[in-house]
Amino acid sequence: MSTDQIKVRVAAVAQVAPMIREFTLTAVTGSLYPFSPGSHVVVEMPGEQKIYRNAYSLLSDSHDASAYRIAVRLQDNSRGGSVFMHQQVKEGDELLISPPANLFIPQWNAQKHILLAAGVGITPFMSYLPEMQRRQADFELHYLFRSKQTGAYQLELAEQLGQRFFSYDSDQAQRCNISELLADRPLGTHIYICGPEGLIKDVQSVAEQLGWPDSVIHFEEFAAPKPGKPFTVELKSTGKTVQVGESESLLEALEEAEVAVPNLCRGGVCGQCATPVAEGEIEHRDNYLSVDEKARQDCVMPCVSRAHSDRLVLDI
Amino acid sequence: MRISPKPVQSFRDDFTYTNSREAISRFPFPFVEDEYRYSVNIEPHAMSGPDGSVFEKFLDIDEHYLSEMAERAIVLKENPARCLSMKHMDLACWDMIERVMSALSADYPEHFSLTKQGDNWHWHNKLLDIQEDFVFGDSSTLPMSPLEYIGRQVQGDFAILDQRNADLFMDAGIVTCPADWSLAFDAGMSFSEWHGPVPMAREEGIFERALKYLTAIQVGRPVRRLNWTLTINARMDTSPETYPSWGNERTSVTPENVAEKVHLRVEVQVLDRMPRSNALMFSIRTYLISLEDLVTNPQWAKRMHRAMKTLPAPLVEYKGLTRFHPMVVEYLSQFDPVN
Ligand code: HEM
Ligand code: FES
Repeated sequence: MSTDQIKVRVAAVAQVAPMIREFTLTAVTGSLYPFSPGSHVVVEMPGEQKIYRNAYSLLSDSHDASAYRIAVRLQDNSRGGSVFMHQQVKEGDELLISPPANLFIPQWNAQKHILLAAGVGITPFMSYLPEMQRRQADFELHYLFRSKQTGAYQLELAEQLGQRFFSYDSDQAQRCNISELLADRPLGTHIYICGPEGLIKDVQSVAEQLGWPDSVIHFEEFAAPKPGKPFTVELKSTGKTVQVGESESLLEALEEAEVAVPNLCRGGVCGQCATPVAEGEIEHRDNYLSVDEKARQDCVMPCVSRAHSDRLVLDI
Repeated sequence: MRISPKPVQSFRDDFTYTNSREAISRFPFPFVEDEYRYSVNIEPHAMSGPDGSVFEKFLDIDEHYLSEMAERAIVLKENPARCLSMKHMDLACWDMIERVMSALSADYPEHFSLTKQGDNWHWHNKLLDIQEDFVFGDSSTLPMSPLEYIGRQVQGDFAILDQRNADLFMDAGIVTCPADWSLAFDAGMSFSEWHGPVPMAREEGIFERALKYLTAIQVGRPVRRLNWTLTINARMDTSPETYPSWGNERTSVTPENVAEKVHLRVEVQVLDRMPRSNALMFSIRTYLISLEDLVTNPQWAKRMHRAMKTLPAPLVEYKGLTRFHPMVVEYLSQFDPVN
């Protein structure tokens, strides 16, 4: 458990669409962090084979941090986290989550906000809506779903939002025409998309034709740590070997094994932890080394970078 | 805090400011190598830091508390524009109130207390004898703006940065002891705009890397860095707005008074993600020490000599040291055996 993870209890589980379950999470001790609209948390799920870490948007009103709500869609052909959440997690269970992070915050200076959600992509907007209403922001919600699978919260949204709500149920052959959606919008309109990559691409290409700048198009991104595969490092000087697990950094594994490496930022920007490499293929993830330095494959920043190969020999 | 706040001393006119022996021993000496160069010197501000050090608590309250709060009141009276906040930063300012009050009351319960019943909060600052009942989030229940209210009760300048489009904007702040920069001038600027005057760092890619790191800072994982300059006399307010009252002091340094007049000015800068607004809170906590006091630590004296002697010319110029830099090097050389 990393030091700032939060232990939560599953206070309630609800089926909110044929394929979507909602979980209400409360703090086991103390209180939960307040959060901003568009935030997500990373939920850790101890599966039998491996630990899954999935990011889920917080659905609740950001003014109420007494509980967090998340919604999980059962993914087709998923071996991963969503099956675990649907099949294993019950009321009363405990889970570990990260503090909230936000890479999808509303641009409050926008003249108008168009929210475009597909399926379970409605989730981040659930925390936008109460704040947009409080601020009397000008917004529209366009919600694409297939009622046989998704479409969570559509009735309450229709009721709450009235004229601002537009739904498209493809199981009833209702389609959303992106060109029409974006046409004739006033300057200062921002669009937010949460849905599959295809939808994001469609919006981007229509927006480009209409001459919209990139800075008004927002799509959801998660700050979830990129998972890494385990590998072995060897120290050339002593032959000592250290295993690096999927959820720890190379730096953490070395520290655990009492191999001291100077470090400062622990985030791939300061350059302090630079370590020479004698063998193996490095997966560079830092923002310190230049493109040329990275290509040389002879130096690694262990606070963030990993190995493509199963084995990496450090020249220390 | 290991040291109780002393009675008020001045940072202007007669400059009665002094450091106790203990304050000297915990001074955040910034030079980690014999040569100083700009770098992305950011590290986690992990709690609790070393016992008694200025990094022990999230916000350091020390013996100069009353003096610094009195100085801030003078500056704000002279120029209310030292505290600015754009309308969209209200929530971020309330985030700051929560962060500061929670930290101070948890870390210094003998001096500060906070009790909450829902959104009805009661704050007691025993050092300044302030008691307040207010409704969290409702600015009309405080005697002044939330930012000014809390800023008058905590040491250090604060900038609150709005994060938009992977960049940071200086959209709010309370800045009464800057090292020669102006909040009113920088207000609304982006990270790279307000760093415009800094030499060398941009070409080295330092700002680009730093910004990537800063925009990814997560709730509950504050980071810090140190910055430094030299200031003549123990003057906190070295702002462009008041330049006429301190600029010429640089010419008052002589070989006889250099140790007493020249102060190493160190800023401990902490960056913390605000949970409700997603803004970044940037605190700039300034520590001043005269060379005379600094050289009581022989390691510091030696290292400082080397760092000053090898300081690149563009930095000497940018930091405004040109007039007296040679005298500082000359004075410190007596503590470096290599000379
Ligand atoms: C977001 C938080 C930050 C704020 C609000 C901030 C603000 C400032 C300001 C106002 C100045 C003075 C510029 C002038 O001369 O007008 C400055 C200088 C500088 N900043 Fe930042 N800064 C921040 C973060 C950083 C970070 C993370 C770095 C890391 C490399 C950095 C590096 C520098 C350097 C090297 C200088 C020159 C200082 C000197 O030589 O005295 N800043 N900063
Ligand atoms: S510790 Fe800063 S780059 Fe690795």
